[in-house]
Amino acid sequence: MTLASAGERRASQQARRLSGSRKVGRISYWPFVLPALVVVSAVVVFPWAFTLWMSVSEWKVGEPYHFVGFANYLRLLHDQRFLQSIGRTLLYTVLSVVAPMVIGTLAALLFNEKMPARGLLRGIFVMPMMATPVAIALVWTMMFHPQLGVLNYLLSLIGLDPQDWVFAPDTVIASLVMVETWQWSPLVMLIVLGGLASLPADPYESARIDGANAFQRFWYLTLPMILPFLLVAMTIRMIDALKSFDIIYAITQGGPGTASETTNLYLYSVAFAYAEIGYGSAIAVLFFLLIVVLSLVLLHVRELSGRILGTTK
Amino acid sequence: MTGIWTPTRRQFMATTATGLATAGMGGFGAAAATSSVDWKKFAGTTLEVNLIKSPRGDILQKYQSEFEALTGIKVNSEQIPEQQQRQKAVIELSSGKPSFDVVHLSFHVQKRQFEKGGWLADLTPFIADPALTPGGFWDDFGEAGKAFAKDTNKIGGLPLSVDYWIVYYNKELFEKKGLKYPTTFEELEATAIALTDPKTQTYGFAARGIKNANTPVWTTFMLGHDSYSVDASGKLLTETAAAIEAAKLYQRLLTKASPRGISGYNWMECQSAFLQGRVGMWLDGIGFAPPLEDPEKSRVVGKVGYGVMPKGPKAHASGTFGDGIGVAAASTKQGAGYLYCQWAVSKEMGTRLLQTGSGVPFRNSILNDPQVKAGVTMPGGWVDAIAGSAAVSRLALPVIIPVAEFRDVFGIALTNMISGADPEAELKRATAEFQPILERSEKG
Repeated sequence: MTLASAGERRASQQARRLSGSRKVGRISYWPFVLPALVVVSAVVVFPWAFTLWMSVSEWKVGEPYHFVGFANYLRLLHDQRFLQSIGRTLLYTVLSVVAPMVIGTLAALLFNEKMPARGLLRGIFVMPMMATPVAIALVWTMMFHPQLGVLNYLLSLIGLDPQDWVFAPDTVIASLVMVETWQWSPLVMLIVLGGLASLPADPYESARIDGANAFQRFWYLTLPMILPFLLVAMTIRMIDALKSFDIIYAITQGGPGTASETTNLYLYSVAFAYAEIGYGSAIAVLFFLLIVVLSLVLLHVRELSGRILGTTK
Repeated sequence: MTGIWTPTRRQFMATTATGLATAGMGGFGAAAATSSVDWKKFAGTTLEVNLIKSPRGDILQKYQSEFEALTGIKVNSEQIPEQQQRQKAVIELSSGKPSFDVVHLSFHVQKRQFEKGGWLADLTPFIADPALTPGGFWDDFGEAGKAFAKDTNKIGGLPLSVDYWIVYYNKELFEKKGLKYPTTFEELEATAIALTDPKTQTYGFAARGIKNANTPVWTTFMLGHDSYSVDASGKLLTETAAAIEAAKLYQRLLTKASPRGISGYNWMECQSAFLQGRVGMWLDGIGFAPPLEDPEKSRVVGKVGYGVMPKGPKAHASGTFGDGIGVAAASTKQGAGYLYCQWAVSKEMGTRLLQTGSGVPFRNSILNDPQVKAGVTMPGGWVDAIAGSAAVSRLALPVIIPVAEFRDVFGIALTNMISGADPEAELKRATAEFQPILERSEKG
């Protein structure tokens, strides 16, 4: 046996051993991955596949399944109530993102400053976020009541005319956004507060030496540096506002008329009040796509801002 | 006349003889002991009962232990708010494996849907069985109740409670303005406007303005024009002159004589405004009366008048709605379930319903019994309103499958009218939207 052939044999044995251990390794992963795979398939993949399957059917509860292809999707294109609900959802979402973002950011800037009882005040500000949505809705419904509600009483104290709040089509969306803002501004505040705590002190010292005032320090230093945090907060708020259901349903049930009927509420009516599961599933699919597209846009914006600011490579 | 309130010696002995078995029971044991019904036939069974959250559901749960002691049947009952209960019932019944044996249903909304689905067991053989049903039981129900309960060839549920729509009115506000209770639609409108004074936050009229719930208000006005919303052949009558006139009256009353924000009002908000003494007239179901006479909840105790719906231009009619209770066709405990239903609509339970003002039973033997009437805790005017409404009662909602969609589509149109939309245009749009829904429902 030559030295060369002995070396080849050893190399070949080592290769076989490595190959075998890789195979064993691959096989040994499966018992760990399988439970998660089964759970994800059962609670995510299967419901989605089933929803897609139902969306191509004309299936009412208690009646047989009829395959109708894309008929439900075509019907949606002419369904005025659905199309109007999309517009309302977008309006509600924009307002429910912008208002908490502004108030939450201002609150974060305020609570970032050293002041007496800061911890207590932060705790009080965060409380609405911890309350149960249906309980919040019931309390606000009472507050909105045109005759008995406290809001009109407060308006009367400062000489303003009473309002109809959630009881009139013109003011219902703005009134619901008020509740949403009250509840979710604290979340934005917490996220932004985390961002503010991580900012370096050096740029601010330099800016002060260079004579920058408070607004200039905020606009040129703070805002760009907390932008990634704001975008995270914005994404969370957007997804949350898009799929908002509990507050709206408990306060107005989409009314007066359909003035506050967002896509989620319409979907609920179609699927559960009218028992049109097939058509409701088609709405669910389109609504899901809308959320995905808007989320991707925001993620892309975040990516872009990260590149511009140099925080993402 | 003998009954649970005036037992004979024989009944008294029979009651005593049942001993511990009927311990804790009121009069029901006495009446039950003298009937031929074998109440113990299904002893040991456990029943699941699904009820609508309502005064009717409350009464059934309150006296449930009596039924359990009488029959040896264990009952697990739950009450769920109306809208959610309807959805749960439909989903579970259509699955073929409902989690309940007995279900409380709203005939005025679910009758056709339940019939088409074949979801309820046929109670005819149980009613015909003397071991399960006392003689004359079925004949004791009023015709409206029988019509609600009968399918083409079966009895799908027992009539539990009828709800007539009446006008509650604040006698004090009427006296202040020197007004009399209106007897026609024209007077109704004029009186409502005369009572309205926004400066003092007093309004002449309140009725449901919120979508879906408001549709029966409009269909009740349609009845005054001698018109239904759907005719016997299934044709929509929602664009007719009668429908438009009824919608215009709805619009005028709710814009000229109603509280601010009425388009967001359901019965609860209307009741709340009436309880505060700020509303002259409130049109709604007779079953909402008890809180008005409760000093802890009401500022108008003793001042409430109970008026039969005023006459329309062509007819005098009171919108009528009804609840029932039936056994799921998929239940394996139909006999026990039937006994529960029979107990729920019994004279004793119906008496309790009526006397507490929680509802009006369909059984003539209760409504015609002077002793029962004497025990009613509500004012005499309320009892008179029942009698007056019963004489002119007519179904206010169409007997079709998609009642929920009907109420939603036309409810949205009515709410838009409160915001100023043209009634004729709105009804035309709503009819065009609802027509295909109705056609699809009957095809499947």
